[in-house]
Order: sequence, then C-alpha cells, then structure tokens
Amino acid sequence: MKNSELQEHATHIRQNIIKEVYNAQSGHPGGSLSAADILTVLYFEFMDITKENALSIDRDRFVLSKGHASPLLYAVLAEKGILPEEQLMTFRKINSKLQGHPNMNYVPGVDMSTGSLGQGLAAADGMAIANRLAGNPHRVYALLGDGECEEGEVWETVMAASHYGSDNLCAIIDHNGLQIDGTTHDVIGLDSLGDKFLSFGWHVIRINGHDYEQIRNALMEAEKTKYHPTVIVAETVKGKGVSFMENQVAWHGKAPNEEQMKEALKELGAE
Amino acid sequence: MAMATREAYGHELAELVKENPRIVVLDADLAGSTKTIEAKKVAPERFFDMGIAEADMIGHAAGLAASGYIPFASSFAMFCTGRAWEQIRNSVAYPHLNVKIVGTHSGITVGEDGASHQAIEDIAIMRAIPGMEVYVPCDAAETKALIRYVSTTKKPCYVRLGRASVDDVYDDTTTFDFPRIKVVNRGEKVAIFATGLEVQEALKAAKNLQSYGMNPTVVDVCSIKPLDEAGIVDILRTHDKIITVEEHNVIGGLGEAISSVSTNREPKLITKLGMPDCFGESGKPRELLEKYRLTYETICDAVSSLCD
Repeated sequence: MKNSELQEHATHIRQNIIKEVYNAQSGHPGGSLSAADILTVLYFEFMDITKENALSIDRDRFVLSKGHASPLLYAVLAEKGILPEEQLMTFRKINSKLQGHPNMNYVPGVDMSTGSLGQGLAAADGMAIANRLAGNPHRVYALLGDGECEEGEVWETVMAASHYGSDNLCAIIDHNGLQIDGTTHDVIGLDSLGDKFLSFGWHVIRINGHDYEQIRNALMEAEKTKYHPTVIVAETVKGKGVSFMENQVAWHGKAPNEEQMKEALKELGAE
Repeated sequence: MAMATREAYGHELAELVKENPRIVVLDADLAGSTKTIEAKKVAPERFFDMGIAEADMIGHAAGLAASGYIPFASSFAMFCTGRAWEQIRNSVAYPHLNVKIVGTHSGITVGEDGASHQAIEDIAIMRAIPGMEVYVPCDAAETKALIRYVSTTKKPCYVRLGRASVDDVYDDTTTFDFPRIKVVNRGEKVAIFATGLEVQEALKAAKNLQSYGMNPTVVDVCSIKPLDEAGIVDILRTHDKIITVEEHNVIGGLGEAISSVSTNREPKLITKLGMPDCFGESGKPRELLEKYRLTYETICDAVSSLCD
C-alpha cells in the first residue's frame, strides 16, 4: 500500500478516536493517537484479518495489551470493515459491545480481553505457543505501552517467550514516554527499554513509530527473525496528530469538550 | 488405598493427555510436587514449565485456551490463586476462557512449610470471581473423576488439592454426578457438610458417634461452586442441626456457601468449623489439624453438644 493511502487510513482512524472519546466524554485519546500509525501499517499490510475470518483463530492475531487504547482498536476494526463504523458512537455507553477496555467475547476481531496492564503479552505468547503446537503458521502481535513495562508480569513473559523461542510473536512498544503521573523517566526511571529486552534474549528493533517505511521494515524484519521473539520499540508522540494533545500527559485519559473536538477534527482534516 | 489427591491428579492428567491432544499442562517450577510431572512424562511437548512466575503462567494458559487448547495450570494453592488472582480474574474468568487451575498443597496440612505456604483463603477468593467454578475433591477416586469431568466442561475452574495422603472414601466403581453433593453417610437429626479431607474426618466422627447412639448424616460437597442447592436444601429440610467443616478459613468458604443457601431457602442455625480467621504454622499435618481443631474429635464434640 502506498504511504499516502496509509496516511489517509491513519488520519481517518485518528478522527474516529476523537469522535469516540468525545461522544463518550470518557476514554484515552493520547495513547490511542500515538499508536495509530503502527496499527494502520500492521492491519493494512501485515495481518490477514478480514470481516469473514474475524472469529477464526486461523489468521494473524493481535492483543492490545495496553487495553486503554481501545478507541484505537475499535477505529482500526471499523476502518477494516470488521466493525460497523456507526457502532463507534456506542463506545463506553451502557449496553454497548464497545467496553471501555476491550472484551474479546463482544467484538469480532478483538483477540483478547485486556485492560489490566501487564497481562496481554503473556496471553499473546500463549497464543504463539499454541500456534507452534498446532502447526498454525500465523503470527501473534501485541501492543504494549511503555509505562505498562513497569508491571513485573511483562518481564516474566519476556523471559518465557525468549526461553520458548517464540519467533512467531512480535511485541510492539508504544514508547511515547508519558504515563499518568509524568514521564516514564521521572516516575520510575524506565529507561533503555530496548536494552532490557535485548538482555532477555529478544531481537530488538528501534524505530520512529510514525514513519511508515520504518514500521513496515521493522515488521518485515520481525517476520524473518527466527528462534527469538522480536520487540519493536517505537518512539512515538503521545496525542500525535492533534497539536494541543501532543506530548501532553493531561490527554492520557481525558475527553475533549466540543470546541476542542472541533479543533482536533479540523487539524485532522475532517469536514 | 491411601493416596494424596495431588497424586491422583498426576495419574489422571497423564491419562488425559494421552487421550486428548488438546490438553496442555503448565507448572511453575513445582511439577514434582504438584505431580504434573506425570503428564510431562507422557507428553513432554505439551508440558510447559513457566518457572517461578505464576502470573505469567496463568496468562499463557489464557492464550492457549483462546487458541482452543485445554490448559491445566498448577502450582501450590497459595501461589496459583494468590499471586495470580488478578490474572485469573481478568485474563481467564472475565473472557470465560477454558483454563483449569489446579492448586495443590492447600490448607494447613501442607505442614512444616508453615503459614506462608498454607492457603486457607483460596476457596473464598476463587469463589468470589464471577463464573469461576470451585471444586474440592476428598480422595483419589473423586479427584480422578473430577479432573476428567472438568476437562470436558469448557469453563474456567479451580480445583483444590492436598499434599497429605488421605484415606479412600470411594472406590473405582463409584460414579460421580458433579456438581451434585454426595451423601456418604445417611443418618438423622444432625447433618455435617464437609469438603476435602474433612469428609474423612466427618465420616470418622459419624462412626465414633454411632457407638453412642448418634448417627449424623455426612455430606461430601466437592463442588463448592456451582453449589447443588436442591440437594443441600433437601438435607437442610430433613435435619434439625447443621455443621460445616473445612480446612479453610471460616470466612468465605464452604460454611458461608452453605449458610447462604440456608439463609435464602431453609433457615437453620449452622455450626461452622474451620480455621478461626487465623494463620496456620509449621508442624506435622496431623498435629496441625489437632491444634486447629479440625479433626474428627472436634466434629464429635460439635455433634454431641448439638444433641444435648
């Protein structure tokens, strides 16, 4: 796919993220916007998920370990035609399938229920092991937040996936450097993320998480990497695409008001 | 033949992995103790030692279940239910994934390891999770039948097993109808609801009391959740006095489960025997049961005082 087409999809996904969170007056725009480019490339160039095979496990699967980026996942599934776009306006509302954090039993295409940080990667590696046991050639992807890597369970899984040689597993870190209480550096000194994975035996790729070429090349390199799981440490900007949200931790989990929503959509080129 | 329920688990799991290629086994560095090593011997390619990392073990089990496998994940009851409680809650029970959590070395009869290793809250914390099933078999035959049963249920569950060898209550010809209760001694006036190794203690109490002209009914409640309400109500209606006994804190376990049925359907005064909201300690299993008043003698006293 041409980078310009990817850009169009990503922009539309970002518009929907803003609409979802505005409409719900609740949700997490910052960390959804930061990973929009990564998931656009992943879903439009790599994963073989379609509306028809959404309920099957005989396809590539994706675990949103940072479950609070649910507006992004729902917008991506809508962009792929798997989720009806109008359903996005039920996000976080009573009786909706689109829970605040994703429920795998409610939405075709959501491959794991997540929300409590630190747990998704273990499930993803369980799926990767299952695929190898079953001779299923499909890959498993997991998106983690950088702050999420403060959870001890992440490192238990990083150790296990390396030990079991999960080369069909690819973790992507949305490394936007911000968490609720401040920067990941100031809060708990979460530095040298790539080196940490490296020392656990992972293949580490460092990229700019908003550069389509770099995202594409990294995912291709991950596919080709044998015997080791791959982590893509993607440097991103929290709130990417909406100037007043960029690098502002205040937009981690806050909904825009009407004026801010209009301004954001205008910046994102919506009519 | 006396055997620990964990041993029966290892034997049955080894049979099941032979029969069913969808069964996978996970352990957290305790395969020799939990007896999952028996399954490893039969199907090493479907055995995964996750190291001393219970939270990650449960997460992996969830992913395997989401891929159509039937994972049995084991460790000591304390660690697989305690350390990994939130993983069980959010990654297994919330998405209704078909994971079988089997905790061995439950209760105070872990013995010498002491309170840090003696899970007396596991029934309570597993029971409190929506949709989570909780089973406590009392002997080898019931354990084997139960393990086979849960391998077919397509639901998450917790099975609580023990370290210590226990006498047989049943034999290989016994048929089980989980989650129904089993009346193991049909008596009168007083009914004792017991679970796990307290079933043997209750039976021993009943036998002792028979020579004094008393004959309490003894009920084996293996399935604490789902609870056989109809069966329990029937026992409550046909008996005057009720006793519950469990190797678990009196808070949140079998006693409160039975109480809840009684409160809603057939109000009765219930004497609850169990750990009196305190931690255990090191010692031999029998010494601990005696010190914490969980042997047949205590049950005899309780029945006698109710019959006065």
